[in-house]
Amino acid sequence: MKAFAELFTAIDQSTKTTVKTAALAEYFRTAPEPDRLWTVALFSGRRPKRAVTTTQLREWAAERAGVPLWLLEECYPIVGDLAETIALLLPPPGRGRDRTLTAMLEALSDLPNRDLEARKAFILEAWDGLDETERFLFNKLITGGFRIGVSRKLMTRALAQATGQDEPAMALRLMGDWTPQGTTWDRLVAADTPEADDSRPYPFYLAYQIDAGPETLGAPRDWLAEWKWDGIRGQLILRGGSHHVWSRGEELMTDRFPELARALDFLPPGHVFDGELVTWDGTRPLPFNTLQQRIGRKTVPKKLLREAPVVMLAYDLLEADGLDIRDRPLSERRARLDALLEGLPADAPVLPSPRVAFDNWQALAETRATARERRAEGLMLKRLDAPYLAGRKKGDWWKWKLDPLSVDAVMIYAQQGHGRRANLFTDFTFAAWDGNELVPFTKAYSGLTDAEFNEITSWVRRNTLQRFGPVRQVRPELVFEIAFEGIQPSPRHKSGLALRFPRMARWRRDKPAQEANTLTDLRDLLAAWG
Amino acid sequence: MGDVLTFTDRGIYCPAGDFHIDPWRPVARALITHGHSDHARPGHGAYLATDAATPVIRHRLGEIAIDTIRFGETRRIGSATVSFHPAGHIPGSAQVRVEVGGEVWVVSGDYKLAPDGLCETFEPVRCHAFITECTFGLPVFKWRPQREVAADINRWWAANAAECRASILGAYSLGKAQRLLALLDPATGPILTHGAVENTNAVLRAQGYALPDTTHVTPELDLKAHPGAMVIAPPSALGSNWARRFGPARTAVASGWMRLRGVRRRRGADRGFVLSDHADWDELHTAIRETGAERIFATHGYTEIFARWLVTQGFDAQVVPTEFGTAEDDAEDAA
Repeated sequence: MKAFAELFTAIDQSTKTTVKTAALAEYFRTAPEPDRLWTVALFSGRRPKRAVTTTQLREWAAERAGVPLWLLEECYPIVGDLAETIALLLPPPGRGRDRTLTAMLEALSDLPNRDLEARKAFILEAWDGLDETERFLFNKLITGGFRIGVSRKLMTRALAQATGQDEPAMALRLMGDWTPQGTTWDRLVAADTPEADDSRPYPFYLAYQIDAGPETLGAPRDWLAEWKWDGIRGQLILRGGSHHVWSRGEELMTDRFPELARALDFLPPGHVFDGELVTWDGTRPLPFNTLQQRIGRKTVPKKLLREAPVVMLAYDLLEADGLDIRDRPLSERRARLDALLEGLPADAPVLPSPRVAFDNWQALAETRATARERRAEGLMLKRLDAPYLAGRKKGDWWKWKLDPLSVDAVMIYAQQGHGRRANLFTDFTFAAWDGNELVPFTKAYSGLTDAEFNEITSWVRRNTLQRFGPVRQVRPELVFEIAFEGIQPSPRHKSGLALRFPRMARWRRDKPAQEANTLTDLRDLLAAWG
Repeated sequence: MGDVLTFTDRGIYCPAGDFHIDPWRPVARALITHGHSDHARPGHGAYLATDAATPVIRHRLGEIAIDTIRFGETRRIGSATVSFHPAGHIPGSAQVRVEVGGEVWVVSGDYKLAPDGLCETFEPVRCHAFITECTFGLPVFKWRPQREVAADINRWWAANAAECRASILGAYSLGKAQRLLALLDPATGPILTHGAVENTNAVLRAQGYALPDTTHVTPELDLKAHPGAMVIAPPSALGSNWARRFGPARTAVASGWMRLRGVRRRRGADRGFVLSDHADWDELHTAIRETGAERIFATHGYTEIFARWLVTQGFDAQVVPTEFGTAEDDAEDAA
């Protein structure tokens, strides 16, 4: 763990991406191969199955640190990270042996096979042999996601640097369904021809939101417009005799969407489609909450399959007849996609996402204004002569979303944030008026500046009415404009509704709490757009 | 007999002597523990502080009616006897001892126990009731010895200087900045200061506190003539236009809050050195034990959690109602 902790320290002690990349690249050149492989796995979201619950960890840590559990629980929201809280609380290390990263992760991978006493003994023994930084990393390995300031993109870049390959090629190698136990450093990143893998997806091309109007993009004839659907971005892979479905978060979702298996009946092997997975009523998507019910389920009951059938609205073709065609222009990829999908029966699970015709930007703006009626979030603009790039790149693909819906709401609860927002009140609950009562209807965490969060933090401390653990009930005085992308009925909530992507658009210092919106206003929005 | 000190909406009050200690709203007579803005506020009728703390208080508050007292000297105010004792927080900082009819209460102000080489070292004062700050009253806050942190800072500076980069170190301009100056190894390179720091330096130098030579960064200063410099500035100056003058510099913040990775990252500095002028978890316990006090009042910081913990440890502990907000915010810089 020592070498890995040194790597972390080097990365953590700089705010500059170049310094972090260089430190990581150096590690990829010099660390033992199994450790490198595990490092790639960790920074691309692959980690051992969780063997202990965070509740157990808290109890064991409190016991080892000699503090009551309630005191640890009080420290946690202030530190803002459980792994760090435990690392800071534990007594100084005793004499332990230094395990390599690989040995530690293999031991962790084996942990689920052992009984609870053995797991506890292992964790306590491990803590005792690690210094504070190593403990933090160790705790990170066994709790939540392994997020320590290294994005997948940064890791891929460092790996490309260390091995002298280009970044998109490296990104492609790292996609798909591999594990550190099932491959080697050589096979994963070094071998001349990457292993054939029928399930491997391509890195997704991601768009930026367009800041100004589309007039800055040049001639309309150079651009393709499509609806921006409110679904799940996915890749459908047809290779050999099988199909695979990947989410943008690189999660394999094949079993969750069994409808797509029928794609094999209609489409030839050796093809990879990029598109949006939506629930479909035969002519247009169903509200997003119907898709939400599907996402949570690994096996789908028949009733749900009938009520909320999923289709892919395909808008790009990345592989055709077994060949990677991502470097071909969009116009050509799209023509081949349309040719493949043309004439399929209406019940086929893959449909072409329609092109939105337009002659000039003004006309397109008018079409965009109707997006909500089509259950779309706005438009996508894609340059017709552009290749399919990897990752978020500016220039060829743009999101042109509708302006969000918004309401003015009163802050009633505040909670401290996590990570870099630790010790700062950033997580708020908002309410609307129902007669003289304030009914909570959403939470929001983002949209304000650091200076505003500082100011609100100091306000919250002075205006706390009651504490419920980490949550503070505050004087109902501050009003914020809450922007959101959609609104749905939700029987689980007291307000009877739920918002999509709520955030704070601005602090309405000019508005007294009495003038905030009402539950009736929200129900009107629900009736219009739900 | 009533309590020696009570808690009012203006702050800590002594009915027997008709005075307040570190009040946050204007009062007729204020005893001031030290010059930080959440303790020494403007607008009081008469001030009393140690002779060591007074120059800075005067510098910050301008024309005020201030009387001075030496550490350990006793003074009668009404039917109360007061004396000031070193708190070890910043130069001149004091705890205030108040005795009425044989009952002794002590207000800690801000304090730390470990000697820092610059300010007067904390002295425990026996008392019946102790009003203690607890800015870092959680068991996650534990400080390493000062010499180890100083070595880290000097190594960081030397490494940056070897690359001909400036090292900009953010530190509260009164107290932390001067403590750091005294810890730096001047052989590494020139030491530059922001105006807010240099003004305080001048006040403390005039009092006889030993600080190394520093150069004030003025608009005219030729920065090229000071390669590899250490620049001491208030944390708010980091990332400002002022800091951009130094080119591709490395940045750091020195504060007890740097113990928390989240706070460190929010500050956006390359490094965070954990160096505080407040007592850590263990020091708070030592201080409380050494007073011999049975009644403990927690103020400034994680008061509710700390008081709850002290109760489980057998103390009669409670929270001082404070005007929250501003005090804690200032603390994040000054800590």
